[in-house]
Amino acid sequence: MSEWIIVLIKIVCALVWFLMITLYLTWVERKESAVIQDRIGANRASILGLRVIGLFQPFADAIKMVFKEDFTPRFSRRFLHNLAPFLSFFFVAITISAIPFGDVLKIGGREIKLQIVDFNVGLLFVLAMLSLGIYGVILAGWSSNNRYTLLGGMRGAAQLVSYEVALGLSLIGLIMVYPSLRLSEIVHYQGELLFGWLPKWGIFLQPLGLLVFFFAALAETKRVPFDLPEGENEIVGFFTEYSGLKWGLFMMTDFMEVLIISTLLTTLFFGGWQVPWLSADGFHFPWGGQWLLPHGIVVLFQVLAFNLKVFFFCWLQVLIRWTYPRFRYDQVMDLGWKLLVPLSLVNIAATAIFMSI
Amino acid sequence: MVKALGYFIEIIRGSVITIRHFMVNMWFHTLKVLRIKAKRKGAVTIQYPEEKRELAPRHRSLHRLMKREDGKPRCVVCMLCVTACPSECIYVEAAEDPDPEIQKYPSTFIIDLSRCCFCGFCVEACPEDAIRMDTGQIEFAEYTRDDLIYDLEKLTG
Repeated sequence: MSEWIIVLIKIVCALVWFLMITLYLTWVERKESAVIQDRIGANRASILGLRVIGLFQPFADAIKMVFKEDFTPRFSRRFLHNLAPFLSFFFVAITISAIPFGDVLKIGGREIKLQIVDFNVGLLFVLAMLSLGIYGVILAGWSSNNRYTLLGGMRGAAQLVSYEVALGLSLIGLIMVYPSLRLSEIVHYQGELLFGWLPKWGIFLQPLGLLVFFFAALAETKRVPFDLPEGENEIVGFFTEYSGLKWGLFMMTDFMEVLIISTLLTTLFFGGWQVPWLSADGFHFPWGGQWLLPHGIVVLFQVLAFNLKVFFFCWLQVLIRWTYPRFRYDQVMDLGWKLLVPLSLVNIAATAIFMSI
Repeated sequence: MVKALGYFIEIIRGSVITIRHFMVNMWFHTLKVLRIKAKRKGAVTIQYPEEKRELAPRHRSLHRLMKREDGKPRCVVCMLCVTACPSECIYVEAAEDPDPEIQKYPSTFIIDLSRCCFCGFCVEACPEDAIRMDTGQIEFAEYTRDDLIYDLEKLTG
């Protein structure tokens, strides 16, 4: 019984964390773009005259979206049209269940993994769920029964399928280095030290893999340098026929993908919840020092480190979104098939050669 | 592939620009939060209703009609402003003044601000310096067009 309660609490905590950060990513996006462009950004939303640098803006946006007319075009395929946003939302949201937020937390003789489900194929699960998100895009484009949204959906499908290849291949080198598909074990392996001082993070063992993964993941989020499916400023995208909260779900999905990509980058290439030289009983510095810490503090450090890394990558992705213009369609395909796929193959070969030496 | 690699340096340079803007602006925002005086603000934004930009001395704002020392309007109804006005928004009616020095005074002087384009030609044309655009008022939006028709009282007041 208590097992179930613990699982339930973990699910609620992870979902709340996920959705709140997704909500506030919209705020981060507004503010960060403003700071980049020497502006101030949305700061007017207030509760009882209290406006804390616009922190209530996401709620104002949400309220606005809820009260907008939820319009379904007469010519659309109604069931699929309603299903599509929920599909793309669900498949991204479910991914968070495989992400390890921290190591084992020991309370009252019970060991709690700070991860909802510790799949033994966690990495495959995450990749599979990210790929299934394409169904939302295609269905939205097709079920709207509008030629332009169909084209948008097709562009999205082509882009996501091509980058799926590079995304998968770039991780093969990683699986060779850390011989496991279990995400918690991959993070554990990254706690070991190279040459006695360098943490064995993915960035040091798989720099090329990181580069390919990062580009492919950026393309997967369907945001600006790769926003061909949507094309918010001139070409007509796949969710043109949506309004109100269903449109909001697509928007949320984009931000959730940013967050998921950040957690994946952190987990796979930046040591997940690992703090350099921090093991279960405290810091053991390579130059000989020691700083022993109680268990609770260590877990707190780990969760904080995970969050910090995730926030950094969210920041980086928003920065990228506000720096670059959109790729042309053929450039996207060139980058995917002619640069990233060969590079990931080179990465696999190089990793194999290094490991056999 | 080689071409794509060639773009790589430019991509990095582009992100360096945005990162620099972000860091510099965040530095000045932080200084402001800590109440430390800095040489500039973190953003160029002027937050309008609370913060107002200073108008230039030659700025053309809401019109006003000048008065003589005894309180009568300085206007002698020469109709030069009406002639000069490109948007035909000034309407003046004359009346006879008992004082032979003045002869005419405006019984009505109407400027339709909903048509006015604030070119300042009426000010240029006026030989008596009776109309000026130096009140510094720029916020006179109204809910109806009728409220934008300014008569003699409103203009001298």
